[in-house]
Amino acid sequence: MADHDFGFGTRAIHAGAIPDPVTGARATPIHQTTSFVFDSAEHAASLFNLQTFGNVYSRISNPTVAVLEERVAALEGGRAALACASGMAAQMTALLAILKAGDHIVAASTLYGGTVGQLGVGFRRLGIETSFVDPSDPENFRRAIRPETRALYGETIGNPRLNVLDIAAVARVAHDHGLPLVIDNTVASPYLCNPFQFGADIVVHSATKYLGGHGTTMGGLVVESGRFDWGAPGTREKFPEMLEPSAAYHGVKFYETFGDFGYTMKARMEVNRTFGGCLSPLNAWLLLQGIETLHLRMQAHCRNALRVAQHLAEHPRVAWVNYPGLPDSPDHALARQQFRAIDGAPGCSGILSFGIRADDPARAGEHFIDACEFLSHLANIGDAKTLVIHPASTTHRQLSAAELAAAGVGPDMIRLSVGIEDVEDILWDIDQALDQAVG
Amino acid sequence: MSTIADLRRILASCRTLAVVGLSPQWHRPSFFAAKYMQAHGYRIVPVNPGATEILGERCYPSVTAAAQALAERGERIDMVDCFRRSDDIPPIAEEAIAIGARCLWLQLGVVNEAAAARARAAGLDVVMDRCVKIEHARLFGGLNWAGVNTRVISAKRPHQLPY
Repeated sequence: MADHDFGFGTRAIHAGAIPDPVTGARATPIHQTTSFVFDSAEHAASLFNLQTFGNVYSRISNPTVAVLEERVAALEGGRAALACASGMAAQMTALLAILKAGDHIVAASTLYGGTVGQLGVGFRRLGIETSFVDPSDPENFRRAIRPETRALYGETIGNPRLNVLDIAAVARVAHDHGLPLVIDNTVASPYLCNPFQFGADIVVHSATKYLGGHGTTMGGLVVESGRFDWGAPGTREKFPEMLEPSAAYHGVKFYETFGDFGYTMKARMEVNRTFGGCLSPLNAWLLLQGIETLHLRMQAHCRNALRVAQHLAEHPRVAWVNYPGLPDSPDHALARQQFRAIDGAPGCSGILSFGIRADDPARAGEHFIDACEFLSHLANIGDAKTLVIHPASTTHRQLSAAELAAAGVGPDMIRLSVGIEDVEDILWDIDQALDQAVG
Repeated sequence: MSTIADLRRILASCRTLAVVGLSPQWHRPSFFAAKYMQAHGYRIVPVNPGATEILGERCYPSVTAAAQALAERGERIDMVDCFRRSDDIPPIAEEAIAIGARCLWLQLGVVNEAAAARARAAGLDVVMDRCVKIEHARLFGGLNWAGVNTRVISAKRPHQLPY
């Protein structure tokens, strides 16, 4: 006899949300409070000692935010999650929970521009170095590992090169060295891929994207699988702070006391609490509203994106299209192995990129973007609305020429985040804008 | 594998817990768990030959000694909750059976299939590799506040307040 396994859609609506015991409210209440009373001095002491579970201060935990945390942990098939103010805050929290000055990260070179900045500039200033490697060969990760390496980092689907990471292969490299693999699963969303199934240990999300789904709300999450053995030989020597008495917590040993959610507790109590990247209750509630329809929206995004990719691939004014959902994409086979099938084909998210056939493709791209009627020109992905942008001059502008090349971002690349409008309208706007751009 | 229904039943019906290997040091996991259960309405009976009193309760050198002392007052031990190494469990399981306990509970990282089989054959519930505090908080409220995936999907309003 085992507990019933609920499907993704059911969990997207229910996980973390049982009726409120006091009021019976069925929808998740928005606990817009900074603080929570203690029943007695004894109760207060217990809470501060982590001897009982409860709420003290919303920078540490909040009941509305907790619903979001449990919801995303359940959708990823993880053990526990921690919500943060943004995806970037989630990444920072995930890494600073286990890294300190002198440590090293091996990361894919094809990451979102903001992440390259966080790891390559921000963390470097704090004494944490990162080596960026071509992720198409998992052995490149192995070659870059040093004695000081403490984590491997990649994205399920690179932004905007849309390369698909072989998560299982990179996880094996990480585990051969007693290291955790951190995967940013933002672009795929938990609906299309659960990186834990392929050996990832920690997943981060920008909930701002597909989870919230409507371009309204910033947020991020760190999720742990609960299966990384911080005490294993070869690992325990590298992460003494997981096992030793916490300087910040009067000697509590996080892994021993909390077991398979010890990492999340440490990230919450030692990073979010002290660096303050917490999520507001209202934002958590808004993100939950979006998540309830994640399964339906991702299906629509994938169907629309495949139609758009096929249309662009046949378009005389388009020089190239990049979308792993196209059968001739070099990433198609890996996508098929790792992503949920939609209509018999791997669902590859709504993100695709293309270049225009023109004498000055970069100029034509800019003209195209200006000519779009309802495709929104802005910096974001994963909205219900279709979005368009030129990465080289915007989201990846801070990268050097070499970094851009490594990230696969050419001067002519146009990135589309295909939304869930009627696909005929999306194709109409693309066609009329292409006509204007290249005559 | 203990289901949600099994764990709810066990934690609702076992009110007196013998905590074997309870440490008197306040920051140890066994102390955390016992203090939490005590604060949530359970009677804790410490079993540790190295202490005489923990958490305001008399501490006994063995499960058998604790059961005897309680029996003299007409009380019984419902659950034998073990914070001991896996290899040390079989004799404790025999004591649990002999005193008529309802449940043998082995804490995080503690697994002994042979002892479990013996106890189940004798009619006891057996839970392994679980923390009694974490499971209580998971099912009766509190653990969700730490962002943990409780796996509970329900539309029933809880009648027990989670604090």
